[in-house]
Amino acid sequence: MINIYPKIISRGHPSLLMTYLAPIIAIVLTLITGSIIFSFMGFTPFFALHTFFISPISTYYGVSELFLKATPLALIAIGLSFCFKNNIYNIGAEGQLTMGAIFGGGVGIFFYNVEGFWLLPLIIICGAIGGIIWAMIPAILKVRFNTNEILTSLMLVYVAALILDYLVVGPWRDPDGLSFPKTRPFNDSARMPLLFEGLRVHFGLILTIISVFIAWFIYSKTMLGYQLKVAGLSPKASRFAGFNQNKLVYITFGICGALSGIAGVGEVTGPIGLIYRDISPNYGFTAIIVAFLGRLHPVGIIFASIVIALTYLGAEDAQLFMQVPQAVGFVFQGLVLFYLLGADLLINYRISFYKRSLINEH
Amino acid sequence: MKDNIVSIKDISKSFPGILANNKVTFDIKNNTVHALLGENGAGKSTLVKILYGILEYDYGKIIFDGEKFSPKSPSMARKLGIGMVFQHFSLFDSLTVGENLILGLDEKISFNKLKNKVEELSSKYELPIDLEAPITNLSAGEKQRVEIIRILLQDPKLLIMDEPTSVLTPQEVEKLFITLNKLINEGRTILYITHKLEEVIKICNEVTIMRNGKVVETCNAKDESEKTLATKMLGKKLPEIQKSNFSEFNETTSFRVINLVKKYNDPFLVDLDHISLEVKEGEIFGIAGVAGNGQSELMSFLTGEDVIKNSSHIEYFGKNISNLGPKDRRNLSIAFVPEDRLGHSAIPQLSLLDNVLLSQYAGNNYSKWGIINKSQIAKKTNDIIKNFNVMTPSSENYAGSLSGGNLQKFVIGREILTNPKILIISHPTWGIDAGAELAIRQSLINLSKKGTSIIVISQDIEELLEISNRIAVIYKGKLSDPMHINNISIEKLGLLMGGKFD
Repeated sequence: MINIYPKIISRGHPSLLMTYLAPIIAIVLTLITGSIIFSFMGFTPFFALHTFFISPISTYYGVSELFLKATPLALIAIGLSFCFKNNIYNIGAEGQLTMGAIFGGGVGIFFYNVEGFWLLPLIIICGAIGGIIWAMIPAILKVRFNTNEILTSLMLVYVAALILDYLVVGPWRDPDGLSFPKTRPFNDSARMPLLFEGLRVHFGLILTIISVFIAWFIYSKTMLGYQLKVAGLSPKASRFAGFNQNKLVYITFGICGALSGIAGVGEVTGPIGLIYRDISPNYGFTAIIVAFLGRLHPVGIIFASIVIALTYLGAEDAQLFMQVPQAVGFVFQGLVLFYLLGADLLINYRISFYKRSLINEH
Repeated sequence: MKDNIVSIKDISKSFPGILANNKVTFDIKNNTVHALLGENGAGKSTLVKILYGILEYDYGKIIFDGEKFSPKSPSMARKLGIGMVFQHFSLFDSLTVGENLILGLDEKISFNKLKNKVEELSSKYELPIDLEAPITNLSAGEKQRVEIIRILLQDPKLLIMDEPTSVLTPQEVEKLFITLNKLINEGRTILYITHKLEEVIKICNEVTIMRNGKVVETCNAKDESEKTLATKMLGKKLPEIQKSNFSEFNETTSFRVINLVKKYNDPFLVDLDHISLEVKEGEIFGIAGVAGNGQSELMSFLTGEDVIKNSSHIEYFGKNISNLGPKDRRNLSIAFVPEDRLGHSAIPQLSLLDNVLLSQYAGNNYSKWGIINKSQIAKKTNDIIKNFNVMTPSSENYAGSLSGGNLQKFVIGREILTNPKILIISHPTWGIDAGAELAIRQSLINLSKKGTSIIVISQDIEELLEISNRIAVIYKGKLSDPMHINNISIEKLGLLMGGKFD
């Protein structure tokens, strides 16, 4: 008989150590579980994990690809962190990204034969506006009719995808494109400048790093950051303070829409160079995991975006070298989120081990 | 029969960070009313939760009715013969009395059989009750009767009553004492938890005094006076409060509420029914009443968290401020302290520094262009801590780590240091220890001496009598005419609190 059993005990106040340790615990558990899955599939765990996590980033090109994928993830996750801190569950970043790509990319197509230094900034601004417009729909619905933003923002993802579909097979289709559902390519001045010759990582990374700093500044130094913190912890106290909750809903949705839109612009004017149907491998959804894994903290989000970007790359290599489906990357993303939610229990609770005999004494 | 129904020996129980019960030892004599007296946080609640099987103790031993006793759950405690009436009622508001009673029973019973039993109990103990009435329609006193009958249906040997008079009018308190007497005559025993001294002397046989988790003494209640009990409970003597000599005749009206009407169409909210009041500069205006008669609804209009959209209005020195939100009212120098300090007037998960920022107004320079001025806030936080004697290791500590009394001192200090023209405060000393209670009352009086008008909403009649210049009573959303403190009687107040407006 086992005579030691665990008991979950409240800590009284949240543990700061565990707030930062939980993501690491989650990643370690994910690696262990991943090894077990791979060994059931007949691979030696070391070989599998090496293929998945080490070999993709063992070249400069690989590292560049890592940052290429981390760029939109981090940018969107920063936007989402504004919403989530305010207890607004915006699940529609993917749609806001798509709209950003449409608005920004639309400008790029319109000026396909005009070059100028002003073109890229204009595209970025229009992309942000597209994302904001798409984000304002669930925001207005929430403020005016108290609708659930999880449903409305999610449904709008599919609406945005259908609009994109219509544009690339219809009015925006490349006249010289042999009927493929894609637009004309952008000219060079409409493309994100590359940071290194021969590598695909682009100027979007700089934009992301700048937004990380701005977000950190807003969170730690401004009244807006404070209002988000208060609104997230206690809506009643936020009313007592006289903060305008509706305004916060618009602001947070707006910031998230703008950053998601810019992420969309970064994809179409960066590695892709034109618009077609599959501009994003679910970056808008995966960024939700990045935001929580990064503890909604700008610096945490940087690390989280790199970890999750690695699962994308790893899945590609796994498909190449191990002949397993690319979806295995989503398995890893799911595992990380699953273990993270579990490990978060340790922030507010600790586990104690009791000897059974001691309990029965009195 | 045994002499002692309960013997508690060396009971210890710890929670993260505190030792709530430290080797608690005392006996409860059979067929007596035994008082458990102590300030908030003295460990009374922990001890009774152990007796009722909600908590398990770490060390020690309890003998109940001659047997070793270690209940694992409340239903086990009930089976062994212990019943408990909680301070906060555990009744379903949308169900009837009868339905609540059936739900609360551990064994199944037909409605007719229940009806007979309830009728028998209610005539025997003078507990009139209507089985068909929905709980929402009952007063606090009636709800308590339902709770007592529910316990009596289990035929307990020991009844634990946790601060039973805290929500009752003085008349209802008298009725409760009659019922308690009958229970004793039946041969039952009552463990009576309270921090009200006069009740101990009036109805209890023995009293156990607790302080900081330890038993100070168990003594005969009849040999004690309120003064001696207070000294034992607090461990020190309390200074007397110093009142202001306010006379309303030479003062201007600073704050008026005119005909405040609000219909909610919600059974869980109280409609406000033509409330009017007028406060002078330097006056403390008390609003008495049993909880749940529209106090929180009124408070939300006074703070501006809720704004009126009809002809009724609120005036500040003659200016209509009905449409202003809390921030705008604060800019006009009106300060508020709502009742709930955990999550309303303060946020437990934030530091004291961050909590200062919660009630910011235009004049305090806490932020410029949206950027927070940390040094200004730190200065203010330390001022509050120093001036109001807030016990905390530092201003960085979480608000939730402070005791109730210290946090309340902090919150009230935060508002007082803004030098408001009006302070509107709800239940200023709810659930805090006597030392902090006195400090807070004195600081309110001192503030009024400087010319600030204060509106105090409180259930505690003694508090209002101690600090107010005039008192009005709120009952079912209606406010009585105010009475001057000099010609007020407890009886009159009690009748008003029970709805006897004339």
